[in-house]
Amino acid sequence: MSTAALMPDQAGTTWRERLRGPGGRGVLGRLQSTGPAGIASACVIAVATFAAVFGTLLAPYNPVLANLSLAWVGPTGGHLLGYDVEGRDVLSRLLAGAPTSMLGPLAVVVLSMTAGTLLAIAAAWRRGAVDAVISSGLDIVFAFPGILLAVLATAVFGAGLPAATIALSIAYTPYVARVLRGAALKERSQAYVAALEVQGVSAPRICLRHIVPNMLPLIIAQATIMFGWAMVDLAAISFLGLGVQPPSPNWGVMISENQAGIMQGYPLPALTAGICIVVVVVAFNVLGERLLAEAGQ
Amino acid sequence: MTGAGQAAPPAEARPPGAGRLLEVERLTVRLRVEGVRRAVLRDVSLAIAPGEAVGLVGESGSGKSMTARAIGRLLPDGAQAEGTIRFHGQDVAALSGSDLRRYRSQVALIFQDPRAHTNPVRRIGDFMTEALRTNLGVPPGEAARRAVDMLAQVGIDDGARRLRQYPHQLSGGLLQRVMIATALLTEPRLLLADEPTTALDVTTQAEVMAILDELRRELHLGMLFITHDLELAAAICDRTAVMYAGQIVEVRSSAMLHSDPLHPYTAALAGARPDISRTAARLRAIPGRPLSAFEAPDDQCAFAPRCAHAQDACWEAAPDLVELDGGVSRCRRAATLRGRLAAGPEAAEPETAEPEAADA
Repeated sequence: MSTAALMPDQAGTTWRERLRGPGGRGVLGRLQSTGPAGIASACVIAVATFAAVFGTLLAPYNPVLANLSLAWVGPTGGHLLGYDVEGRDVLSRLLAGAPTSMLGPLAVVVLSMTAGTLLAIAAAWRRGAVDAVISSGLDIVFAFPGILLAVLATAVFGAGLPAATIALSIAYTPYVARVLRGAALKERSQAYVAALEVQGVSAPRICLRHIVPNMLPLIIAQATIMFGWAMVDLAAISFLGLGVQPPSPNWGVMISENQAGIMQGYPLPALTAGICIVVVVVAFNVLGERLLAEAGQ
Repeated sequence: MTGAGQAAPPAEARPPGAGRLLEVERLTVRLRVEGVRRAVLRDVSLAIAPGEAVGLVGESGSGKSMTARAIGRLLPDGAQAEGTIRFHGQDVAALSGSDLRRYRSQVALIFQDPRAHTNPVRRIGDFMTEALRTNLGVPPGEAARRAVDMLAQVGIDDGARRLRQYPHQLSGGLLQRVMIATALLTEPRLLLADEPTTALDVTTQAEVMAILDELRRELHLGMLFITHDLELAAAICDRTAVMYAGQIVEVRSSAMLHSDPLHPYTAALAGARPDISRTAARLRAIPGRPLSAFEAPDDQCAFAPRCAHAQDACWEAAPDLVELDGGVSRCRRAATLRGRLAAGPEAAEPETAEPEAADA
């Protein structure tokens, strides 16, 4: 906030006070009000984020070094989760796969939230014809399932994470925009917006500095839920071989590679990757729902 | 505009009356209500000279706030406005983009409910200096210093601390003073005060009014003061305009409004006020109910159904504004009734006064 620069004397404002914000509740306080399930979810997300950032460094063995003589070997002393179909260390692959598994959904969330918020605010601010065009445009995009759009994009632009990510972002934008449009309309009609208008504050400034912060609880909740969806969709795309390309480690890729093991009595490699996805997605969904309830929507 | 003097049209192109601060001429505003366009303001004309305070009084729904919103270019969507509003001779309706923003920093609005009109997630300092920083390019440190000075002028001494607080940490009276300070910070020429003290309790109201009045005189601002309170308007305004059903029914110097009203409605409003020096068994109400502007018929006097002095002519055609002794009245009988209205409720025409007296 530019208030830091604005106020010459900041002595009275501690970082704690600033963190707590106008509601008087900090990030921790807000988290606490989501209940035990919310806190547990937040812990899971924290661990997953840690793995996503440091996973490559944490991996005890080379995640792509194959040794076919060790294929399907179960857990042993130094290899807690055993070996996969090509004899690679499963734990190392899980850890090294965390970045691609988490960053893809993050990119989808950032892109679709940004686009969705901008569209929602543009529609709410201008109303009338602009709103009608944006809303019906969103309805058209709604008609395409995200995964279909992503498969189409990879078919056109080649397999890989970028094409899939961008396609999913486009497919998710209407979901974001529709929810936020309602909130933005409500905020637009607030008296303080009129007060700012009549003070001569420019429209972009009112939107970005005043309306968006007031919608933030909803935006954060929506982003959290969106992350879970994106993760499942991107894992599915990687499973289909259209996302992250083997031998690069990725949870979706790992399920795909090791699916044969499930039938052959070596379910651990595929299962652990699947569990990772499920646990992270559930954590994001639970936290998102709780935050949404908190935001009063 | 003073701030944009260079950008204003050249002198020869200026319309007459450029010396006036604000001129509203024959303003009619229609809103779409359930698919039908209905007038909420009808033929409102009003002028404010630099440094002059004009009161605007009337019942709820008479169009007071709508007038202020029209001047501030804050009309709701789909509103259709006819007539002209000129500020320093410039047509306000034609302004757009940065001209409009400049106009808005020249015209400050003070709202009735300060709580609703501040963004709850922004600090007071942020709120107060936003227009200064973004419109006038004042550096943040300088803007904060000016804000603290202005807060001191409205009687808030610990301004530096207040700037760091959030709106919810301030009481209503304090917040309204912050609003007034904010409004004055951009050095406007015209103040639109829309019932600035209605949401405050009486002692706070007196304080806030005193501050507002004093600063206005000091800074030589024009002011449009909207209120329900006829006496409050009379106390602080040079002239007072009375609105009824979306029309201005009387404009008169405040000193004369009470002693010598020109419209039966004004007289009835004054008569309906309790008087501290007199014992009254019962307050004298105006019979009937206030009319919304869109209900008012076009072909008769809007006040006729409630008027103690209505005659057949009043029901037959809508009256025009008539000038009378420095005032303006929208009553065809103004000249005849003059003096009889002034004498107070006791002198009201007996045939309507009688039944009420019997009630008491």
